[in-house]
Amino acid sequence: MSTLLQAKGLIQQYRTAKTFLGKTSTMRAVDGIDLTVREGEILGIVGESGSGKSTLGRLLLGLEPPFAGEILYRGHPMPEPRTPAWRRLRAEMQLIFQDPLSALDRRLTVSAQIGEPLEIHGLAAAGSERDERVAELIAKVGLRQDQAGSYPHELSGGQRQRVVIARALASNPRFLVCDEPVSALDVSIQAQVVNLLRDLQDREGLTMVFISHDLKVVRNICDRVAVMYLGRIVEEASSDAIFSDPRHPYTRALVSSVPKIGAGLHGRIILQGEPPNPAARPSGCAFHPRCRFADADCAATIPELELHDGRLAACRKLRHTLRSAA
Amino acid sequence: MSFVSVRDLKVAFDGVQVLHGINLDVRRGEAVGLVGESGCGKSVTWLAALGLLPGKAKVSGSVTVDGQELIGASPRRIEAVRGAKIAMIFQDPSSALNPVHRVGRQICENLRLHRGLRGDAARTEAIRLMDIVGIPSANTRFDLYPHEFSGGQCQRVLIAMALAGAPDLLIADEPTTALDATIQAQILDLLSNLRRQTGMAMVFISHDLGAVSTVCDRAAVMYAGRIIEANDIKQLFAAPRHPYTRGLFDAIPDLDAGRARLSLIPGTVPDPKRLPQGCAFAPRCARAGDLCREYQPELKEQTSTGLTACFHPIPIGSANRQEVFA
Amino acid sequence: MLKFTLAKLARALLTILLVMSFAFIVLRLSGDPAQIMLGPDAPQDAVDAFRARWGLDDPLWQQYLAYLKQIMTFDFGISMRDQSPAIDLVLERVPATLALTIPALLLKIAIGIPAGIYAALHRESIADRGVIMFAIFGFTIPSFVLGLVLVLIFAVNLGWLPAGGQDGWEYAILPIATMSIGGIGIFARFTRSAMIEVLGQPYIRTAMAKGLPWREVVWKHALPNAAVPIVTLLGFMVGALIAGAIVVESIFSWPGIGRLIVVSVANRDLAVVQCVLLVIAASMVMANLLVDFAYGVLDPRLRHGHGAH
Repeated sequence: MSTLLQAKGLIQQYRTAKTFLGKTSTMRAVDGIDLTVREGEILGIVGESGSGKSTLGRLLLGLEPPFAGEILYRGHPMPEPRTPAWRRLRAEMQLIFQDPLSALDRRLTVSAQIGEPLEIHGLAAAGSERDERVAELIAKVGLRQDQAGSYPHELSGGQRQRVVIARALASNPRFLVCDEPVSALDVSIQAQVVNLLRDLQDREGLTMVFISHDLKVVRNICDRVAVMYLGRIVEEASSDAIFSDPRHPYTRALVSSVPKIGAGLHGRIILQGEPPNPAARPSGCAFHPRCRFADADCAATIPELELHDGRLAACRKLRHTLRSAA
Repeated sequence: MSFVSVRDLKVAFDGVQVLHGINLDVRRGEAVGLVGESGCGKSVTWLAALGLLPGKAKVSGSVTVDGQELIGASPRRIEAVRGAKIAMIFQDPSSALNPVHRVGRQICENLRLHRGLRGDAARTEAIRLMDIVGIPSANTRFDLYPHEFSGGQCQRVLIAMALAGAPDLLIADEPTTALDATIQAQILDLLSNLRRQTGMAMVFISHDLGAVSTVCDRAAVMYAGRIIEANDIKQLFAAPRHPYTRGLFDAIPDLDAGRARLSLIPGTVPDPKRLPQGCAFAPRCARAGDLCREYQPELKEQTSTGLTACFHPIPIGSANRQEVFA
Repeated sequence: MLKFTLAKLARALLTILLVMSFAFIVLRLSGDPAQIMLGPDAPQDAVDAFRARWGLDDPLWQQYLAYLKQIMTFDFGISMRDQSPAIDLVLERVPATLALTIPALLLKIAIGIPAGIYAALHRESIADRGVIMFAIFGFTIPSFVLGLVLVLIFAVNLGWLPAGGQDGWEYAILPIATMSIGGIGIFARFTRSAMIEVLGQPYIRTAMAKGLPWREVVWKHALPNAAVPIVTLLGFMVGALIAGAIVVESIFSWPGIGRLIVVSVANRDLAVVQCVLLVIAASMVMANLLVDFAYGVLDPRLRHGHGAH
């Protein structure tokens, strides 16, 4: 598989206004990320709130320029936001996010919502050509043609997310970033949308970055997974490797935290404490205050992502302790 | 005799019936799961039982606690049950605490109401409870406001408040849904430890079947305002009899399975204003026959412990998942 | 916290300065005081002399700079009509205005807030509908109409109360009633919706679920939260204590600030108009400052220097 998108040394920081006058502190949401997205794959990004996964998604789409680092899309650097080149790229890259109701315009019908990007990107002339294309998109995401005239509030959550997906597909994108696309949906509807996204990948060869805190969904849909903790990737591997044999202590706790039917609470790794605030990042490995294997070294230096048994992991203890513990 | 006994509980909002006669018993010390998708009535059942629904809700039927009737009882009698015999914790812990009062004061309020403690005695006991639920440096955090706590810690504060009245039953309404994965694991662990130590019963309301299976002894599955299946946890998950239960289980991706396509329930949950005749699940059910579209099946004993409301339950031992939704 | 306070004060002063500058320029562009003071038939040399006397023949920017310099030294100018210091004329009228606005404000609070709370707690009852009707009536009828109607009924037809002037407490009743009816409606409506919003919050359910009696839920959990929007409205009303009586004072010939500004504008008595506007702006800005500090007291989330964690 060829590389579609490559991120090198991405850093994003925001200023947080602390006091009324002057004194601001900076918060690093993304803190040095190298990531490759291959053509045609679904790459999962998992992490808890504050891990920076949504910020990473926006950076990958070029929706905001990074503080440092660069992104190469098909080998070319991402153009500056709001330039003509950047606008052309918008058609190729789309974002789908969690709350479909806020993503849709309440005053537009389904067909108007879906037809809008066709107009913006000049992809179909108004009239029968556009109607045909909209009908095709409605069919593609599994909506009924008679729903074309409905307004968002007349649809269920799952149907709205289908409209959002159809609208994202209207400009024939090659790259989708889905930020918690099914988190607001009920279990039975979630499965429908997950299957839809998977079909789109199969049929259209779309490349996707799938951001979610729901490990079960990520397990099901993603080829590869990157686990984030406080702005950095701590482990990256194939979905199979991550979920059947997690290595980084954080990944192991995360995977273990998913309640399994019939397994009870025994043998689960319960982490102490909470994910730290990005504005007050612990020294060294950000995970060390919660890690049962951590020692003084872990508090001193930030571990780099290194190759361990066919996966990338950022943990100094991985070579010694974990192997004997596993 | 069961501690809480719900009989033919019905609730209607503005003439739209959302609960169609619930029968449920909770014995002392047991943990009962209540499972279903949003709008199925699982929370409404307990809000109605404790008189916590808005005034426009019409509630009928019977809920007895220790033989004492709650439906239609005077406010004073219901207030004597709330917090003392039955405590409740909620889904979104951060907004379930009053933002303008210090958390310590909110816990002390429960101690005053149910144990007559005031002043220093209340403060000491509140700090002890905060310790028990795992809030670090409780002594200094007693005087902080809810916005200075994370979501997980707010849930711990709510649990401390619930414990203050030494209740016989804790209703946990989606207590982990709004929390991060590793924090969910902590709260589930805390709840089951507390239950072991205090012997209180628990009703665990959740759409997360994995969580229900790890903390409950038995569970009831709800659909469109009715209980459609109830059984002990092992049998329910090993051999679901109702096609909806089965569909719900199958729609959840399994962390141990690979990238298999999810099997799903077609369609969506019916609008309570326009429920189909007969079994509400019939339009989505592959096993439905003419009988199902005509009459409402009763919740009846099917196996030694299980109850199912279905004319065509799935035979025990049918392992083939695809058989149900071909 | 000190820094925050100083910044707020600086901003308040800047607001006053902007208001004053705006008033200065608009007044200078809206008519020639010499013409109005001396009449249309005044001889040209009298007009010129008048202009020279008050500095009106200087370029606008020079007048403006002189004015700024003047107010920096707390000299607010001399009335062109009375030849006495403008600030004295203004301050002399303040008590009369406050004698109307303060009782009116107390009435609005004492009746409006409880009525709003009652309506919120008994939603869709007859009392609730009554409160809503009264509120709509209160703030849709302009005070000049209401004032005239009250005069017609209680002064002209029934003869119970005087129609205008200031000769005793009974003269204040109709003006106060005219001013407070609309405010009571606004307070009731505002309080009602703030309470309804708060009563729907999850923490109210938590308070009920802990077994707290309903009275305590309302007093200890709902009201403190509903106070924030109510205080915002209260701030507006306090800010309007001086400016809020212009129309009513004119109807009832009440010798307060409102009458003074109406007369002074008609005469283009620039120094007095500017001085009244300064007092009004200062009172509004002060009220805003008070509201800002009240927010911090009422809602810990709005306190400064209190970051999370």
